[in-house]
Amino acid sequence: MRSYILKRLLLLIPTLFGITVITFFVIQLAPGSPVERKLNIEEGVKAEAITKDIVEQTKKLYGLDKPIYIRYLIWVKRIVTLDFGSSYKDHRPVIEKVGERLPVTLSLNLISIFLAYFISIPLGVYSAVKEGNLSERVITFILFALYSIPSFWLAMILIYFLGGGDFWNVFPIYGILSPGAENFTFTEKALDFLWHITLPVICLTYGDLAYLSRYQRGSLLEVLREDFIRTAKAKGLPDSVVLFKHALRNALIPIITIVASILPAMIGGSVIIESIFSIPGIGQLGFEAVLSRDYPVIMAIATISAFLTLVGILVADILYVLVDPRISFESRR
Amino acid sequence: MTADKNLSYWGTVWKGFKKDRLAFTALIVILVLCGIALFENFLAGNKPILIKWNGRLYFPLIFTYRELYGVDFKELEEELKPGDFVLFPPVRYSPTESDLLSVLTPPSREHLFGTDDRGRDVLSRMIHGTRISLSIGFIAVGIASIIGILLGGIAGYYGGVVDFVISRLFEVMMTFPVFFLILTILAFRDPSIYNIMIVIGATGWTGIARLVRGEFLRLREYDYVEAAIGLGGNDFRVMLKHMLPNALAPVLVAATFGIAGAILVETGLSFLGFGVPPPEPSWGDVLSQSQRYVDFAWWLVLFPGAAIFLTVTAFNLVGDGFKSAIDPRLRKRKF
Repeated sequence: MRSYILKRLLLLIPTLFGITVITFFVIQLAPGSPVERKLNIEEGVKAEAITKDIVEQTKKLYGLDKPIYIRYLIWVKRIVTLDFGSSYKDHRPVIEKVGERLPVTLSLNLISIFLAYFISIPLGVYSAVKEGNLSERVITFILFALYSIPSFWLAMILIYFLGGGDFWNVFPIYGILSPGAENFTFTEKALDFLWHITLPVICLTYGDLAYLSRYQRGSLLEVLREDFIRTAKAKGLPDSVVLFKHALRNALIPIITIVASILPAMIGGSVIIESIFSIPGIGQLGFEAVLSRDYPVIMAIATISAFLTLVGILVADILYVLVDPRISFESRR
Repeated sequence: MTADKNLSYWGTVWKGFKKDRLAFTALIVILVLCGIALFENFLAGNKPILIKWNGRLYFPLIFTYRELYGVDFKELEEELKPGDFVLFPPVRYSPTESDLLSVLTPPSREHLFGTDDRGRDVLSRMIHGTRISLSIGFIAVGIASIIGILLGGIAGYYGGVVDFVISRLFEVMMTFPVFFLILTILAFRDPSIYNIMIVIGATGWTGIARLVRGEFLRLREYDYVEAAIGLGGNDFRVMLKHMLPNALAPVLVAATFGIAGAILVETGLSFLGFGVPPPEPSWGDVLSQSQRYVDFAWWLVLFPGAAIFLTVTAFNLVGDGFKSAIDPRLRKRKF
């Protein structure tokens, strides 16, 4: 097992290399050189006033006088020490800004993923067992429909009906804590947080929920058709034992690895939902950075979230091998 | 199985697909939407389809006439001689024509789906938006499929080091926060409709590539492929002519789901202000206007939302029906 994990960790290196190269070159796509942009942003200097000297000096200051591959290497060298530079907007270190926002987004998304799994597994089992009857068909259709709803559309509907539009004013629609929450006790704070994140979490969850339930249903149906299930039934085991002890255990295995395909969508999905609900998370930070062309922040978010996703996939893969003895570490690449 | 003996593979798939009534209905919905997209000018616009004027017939939508240059058709209609007529499309407003006297009016006889904040007819914008939204879906997925088939095919066919390198590339693209990447690129380049198609396509190929790679790895072991190589077929000929047709069905399924995904991505981009640039209409664009008027402009939320939902569901249902049809194990299992 140790050698497998070591091998996987080594495989992270080329992938991380690819991720940083792509991020670096996407930034190079930006029209106009960053020097002029920076000079304009910083001093508000008029374009004519920028002499060649100033441009050269600034280029030197930011290392832009060197060829692109050297710049890339310098950038990578700084990233290794977690130095993502400082934001163009307020000159604070990027790592600090990201560090403030990351817990918010992570907690929102972890709650949402947990809820999605918590609801979808029983739902998937139910619809696989009751296959073909009316309630199953209704559930399956609703899940299918949920999968096609744009999340921001649902967010707007929820705000309209539950967030103090013309109907009920049940949930807050801004931020994650009420004003004055600094003086709350821990329990009050936690409840206030949960109250604030209800609507955003619904919007983040329903899509994954629909996807996971369908997946769980399909995977259980597949297992139920296997020979060993027939054997278990034939030797007279009660249905519940066959279902929960024999079938479900096997059907849960593929759904673990699915987490790998949910994770990368986290930051992307958060961009829209966080900007609708004004949640101070990574998604909102990223969107603001894109709007103000805050390159260091954009690069940091892309790199960090890709790295977190890679780690997530690795953990999912290790779990996969641990729960399924048929798969050995050696046979998986 | 014996009943199918005269049918080709695709014939069998089609037969299986037709049995799934829901998926079949969804296919018809998609065809109707394509029809709306193709004939948008005949359905909504301020140019008449047919005019009989001074005893002559004109088709202003199809041909341009020198004598009709600069003619206001609405005025023309009012001063017609007996026997002449003007035939307008069912929706008489162009998607960009704004009427500042009727801004944000709810659905009425004049404007069946109401008007937006510039007094533009929402129904007309949605009819014209159909073409934009669908073409973004189809072309983005087309680009993604080409990249995916090429990279996946090469990885699966050659294996070894080539496969290793391309697989790392899959991993890189998979771990990226794709929506964020799209947003960043569109913020740096201008968000024209072509850039949107290219960026969605260029970031959305991993699913298809992995499928093709898996199929090619499997097919590579077959005797017929070895025979094709042995007969001296060059690599690309073997890949495209002999292997690809056998790997195409799952790719088409993935592509159908991909179209649904691409349409959703475009609406998301429009919502954030990085979608199709104005004045071109897209569903996401209409929907995003409602953001500012959610308190009362329900028609700006409901109609485009329903259109997006209907289209995405239709593509997903077709993809699902198609998936069951190509998988004999699932053939009898529908909901």
